[in-house]
This record gives sequence, structure tokens and C-alpha cells, in this order.
Amino acid sequence: MELVHLTASAIAAKVKAKEVTARAVTEAFLARIATHDESVGAFLTVMTGQALAQADAVDAKIAAGEDPGPLAGVPVALKDNMCTVGVETTCASKILKGFVPPYDATVVKKLQAAGAITIGKTNLDEFAMGSSTENSALKLTHNPWNLSKVPGGSSGGSAAAVAADFAPLSLGSDTGGSIRQPASFCGVVGVKPTYGRVSRYGLVAFASSLDQIGPFAKNIEDAALVMNVLSGHDPHDSTSVPQAVPDYTKALTGDIKGLRIGVPTEYFAAGIVPEIRILVQSAIGVLRGLGAEVGECSLPHTEYTLPAYYIVAPAEASSNLARYDGVRYGHRTQKATSHIDLFEKTREEGFGDEVKRRILIGTYALSAGYYDAFYLKAQQVRTLIQKDFEDAFQNFDVLITPTAPTTAFGIGEKTDDPLAMKLSDICTLSANLAGIPALSQCCGFDTHGLPVGMQLLGPSFSEELLFKVAHAYEQQTDWHTRRPVL
Amino acid sequence: MALTTEDVRKVGTLARLALADDEIATITPQLNDLLDQFARLQQLDTTGVEPTSHAVPVKALLREDEITPSLSQAEVLRLTAHTDEIMSGFIVPQVLAGD
Repeated sequence: MELVHLTASAIAAKVKAKEVTARAVTEAFLARIATHDESVGAFLTVMTGQALAQADAVDAKIAAGEDPGPLAGVPVALKDNMCTVGVETTCASKILKGFVPPYDATVVKKLQAAGAITIGKTNLDEFAMGSSTENSALKLTHNPWNLSKVPGGSSGGSAAAVAADFAPLSLGSDTGGSIRQPASFCGVVGVKPTYGRVSRYGLVAFASSLDQIGPFAKNIEDAALVMNVLSGHDPHDSTSVPQAVPDYTKALTGDIKGLRIGVPTEYFAAGIVPEIRILVQSAIGVLRGLGAEVGECSLPHTEYTLPAYYIVAPAEASSNLARYDGVRYGHRTQKATSHIDLFEKTREEGFGDEVKRRILIGTYALSAGYYDAFYLKAQQVRTLIQKDFEDAFQNFDVLITPTAPTTAFGIGEKTDDPLAMKLSDICTLSANLAGIPALSQCCGFDTHGLPVGMQLLGPSFSEELLFKVAHAYEQQTDWHTRRPVL
Repeated sequence: MALTTEDVRKVGTLARLALADDEIATITPQLNDLLDQFARLQQLDTTGVEPTSHAVPVKALLREDEITPSLSQAEVLRLTAHTDEIMSGFIVPQVLAGD
């Protein structure tokens, strides 16, 4: 098999066994990106020079008999909202175009310390706000399974990069589904860890109480392997939780006998394409065949998830994005006559439509006279949504739902209807509000040949359990081995 | 409780966005679509429910006050276009009236 089609664990094993050099691996992926990314558009920046230098350093370590790390020579693509020293970090926004961070995000440092090669920065919806990557101010990304479809979003570039074999692993960020929904659309594994499991230091903030960094991978073993590297407390992020990190790969035993799987009825209701409902039900049947006990359950506040999320997330965003004022870095208007003018015109010129809409709705929800009706109410509903999950986990170990109500939709299909676009995240928003971990894995293809994702949710810090179940499913099916033809 | 274009202009001022008239005309109905969704929350009785601002309870931890390396002024200013030759700071338009 060609190097670019291998999994991360296979590549690391080959590099460590000196069957192939990290440089040869990196060059193979760079060549594939050079040939095919013009049609996919996954990358905003390809870090050719830095990637080859990192590969040479890994090879030098191996030659010197040192341990190169668990991800030796494995290329990893990074969503372009994670800071990389010396490499432009844009958030796909005109307002940050040209910004070169003076420091690396903690996840970037951890990956490099583990021997991984950071190969490039991927496209996203501007400031991670969107569900199709079409809100990028810089580039359009296409779904590798069908170039006329969106890759999902907001981490669409990272999902497309793994699906297209531009890297065996990539990182995204998930505030309301931005890893899981594009993973579903692109037929790869996508993990949103428990809030606080992975450091957010160096991740450009969107909604600080919801944002989490997580991986995209070709299979569950690779996702577990990279989560070993990413997880853990970071003194630079006081919301990262000081809890021991298990070896996630040890959970992949295939044994799920007696495990209790809950199926929340609200997530199989109207609005979910019937074909998707059937494929997810059939995947649950596979798990039942392995000895899992399956039962229906209810998350009664599901219908309030969307409004609660679209108050909390924009409220936090309106505050986080106040820093883009043209004073220090990035875009500054040429038309300012006063300092207020500088702020207002820089922001007007620099932000795209969706970012402006969210800043406006967030500012409105926090403004005098509306705070109790909107923001406080949404925070109370957040408590009820969290309690729904706590109640469900009294009776079930994990819950399974569709990841998204549809498969990948057409480019341009929903750009004029921001609310329809937001409904694409209807199955994923609740995990962020509750802070619990969730992952998406491929459970089949629709009649148009587009991948369908199923979502697994567990209690806080139950990543091991999610990996165990998802891996057991993967052993029974071959969906995860299918790749698009470019 | 639909927003008018005047409301949107006012919120724009609060958010420091100099919105153009045609932009306000497009955005106002889009924001009202979202507000219609919010209305559903008002039907839910949340009396006595504690608000959640953070999903995972994290206590503020104390640590020793140690000096650790941080970025120098030169490193910070080297990355901006808005400084002078001697890199004395970020240059902005005049804030206080002159004469």
C-alpha cells in the first residue's frame, strides 16, 4: 500500500522500525497535497519547509538511537485557528490575514514532542462559525467524496484533509459540532473530547465555555493514539482538568458484552433523513449482535438545545471577538479619523457576514434589559440539558444518535438561509452545552455514495468507553477503510 | 419582540460595527429568524433552576508566584505593522483633541 493510504499507527511503526524515513513519509504527503489540493482546497498554508525540517529531526533522533515518540514521522494537519510560531494563523478571516503568532498552541507543541510532523494549516468557517466551511473569507473547500458538496464545518479543511489522504491525522476544534459534523460528511472519525480534557492554550477563542480541540482520524486506533498525546492538564489553560490520562489504546478490546446503549428517541424524530435513521439503527444492531443491551431513552429538553446554544455561543463570541479592533495585529482600516472610527471601520471591513450576525446577536442577548430573558435563561436551560444527560447515564453507559440530520449538502445550497445552515448541527450542540465527550464514525453511505456518521456520547471523561464501543463496531464493518477517488 | 433596523443599528454601535444600510436591511430579518427560535425558551418554566456558565466544575487553584519566561516587548512589536522605527509601542490615531 502507498504511504499516503496508511494509518497513523502504521506509519509510526514503519518509521520506528527504520523501514521508511520520516522525510520520505513527509515528502509523499506533500506530493499528494501538491497534486490534489487544488481540487479539494483543504489547506490555507502548506508548511513545506517546517515539515521537512521536523522530519529530518525525527530521522536524526532515530539514527542516534533515541525514542522518536509515539507519532514518529506522522503528518498532522492543523485547523488554522491554532497558533503556530512563525506560520500565519488566519482563522480564515480577513481581520487576521497576515497574523504570525509568536508562540505555539500547547497541542502543537505536544504533537511535535511526540514526533508528529505539522504539515499545514487547514481551511475553516471564519472564526469557526459555520457548518460548511463556506464562511471562510479565504477559500472554498470541497468534499473529497463529491467535489460539488461541502465538507461540513467549521473544521471542513481538517476533515477533508484526512478523507483525501493529505494527512493521516488532523486537528479541529468543536464548539457545537465543528469536528463531528464534518467528520460525518467526510466519512472519517472525529472526536470532541470532554471539556477540559485537552488544553485550549493557543486556540483562537470562539466560545470559551464550549470550545474543545480534538482529532480527525481514519480509524479509532489512530484517534486513541493521538488522544494519548493531546490530553492532560496544561498550566497555561486553567480550564484544562488535572486528571490522569489513561492509555486510550488499551480500551480497544472489542469486548462490549453487557454494555448498555441508550437510543434517545428525540434524535431519531422528524428532520433526520430516513436513510440516515436506518443506517444508524442498523449500526446499533451490529453492537447488539456483539452482546450490548440496547434500550430507548429520552432527553426531554432536546428541543431547547438550539436556542440555548445560539444565545450562549454568540454571547461568549461577542466578548471574545471584541479584541479585534485594529490596534495591534491583523487588518487595520485605512479610513479612520478617530480611535472609535478605527474600531468600527476595521471590524466592519474585517469580519464576514456570519461573524457579524453572531456578534450582533450576542451583544443584543447581553445588553441591558435582555440579559435575564436571554442569557440567564439559556444558562438555566443549559443546566436542564446537562441533567437530561446525567439522568440518561444512570441507565445507560453510552448513547448513540445520528451525527447530522443529512449527508453533505451542495455548495451554495444553504448560504442564503443562516437558520437552515444552523439546523445542520442539531444533533451535536448538546454535547458542548453539557461538556461531555462525543465522537462520530462512519456507519455507511447513502444512495448518492456520501458517508453517513453515527454519534456516540458518554459521561464526562468516558473517552475510553467511547473508543471501546466505536472500535468494536469498526471491527465488524469496513466503512472506515473506504476512501474517495480523487 | 422583533428587531427593527434601528435596533440593529444601535446594537451595531454597541458592538463597534459600522454597519452599512444595505447590510442592516439584510441582517435584520436573519436575526429575527433566530429570535423566533429563542421565543421557545420563554415557554419553559425555569424557576429555581441554577444557571450553568461552565460545564465542568473547575476550582481556581493557587500556585507559587514564580517568574517564568514571557515574550519581550521587541518580540511582540516585531509582528505588527502598526509601530514606529524604534518600536516604542502600537501607534493609533490621536485619542485626545490637540492644540
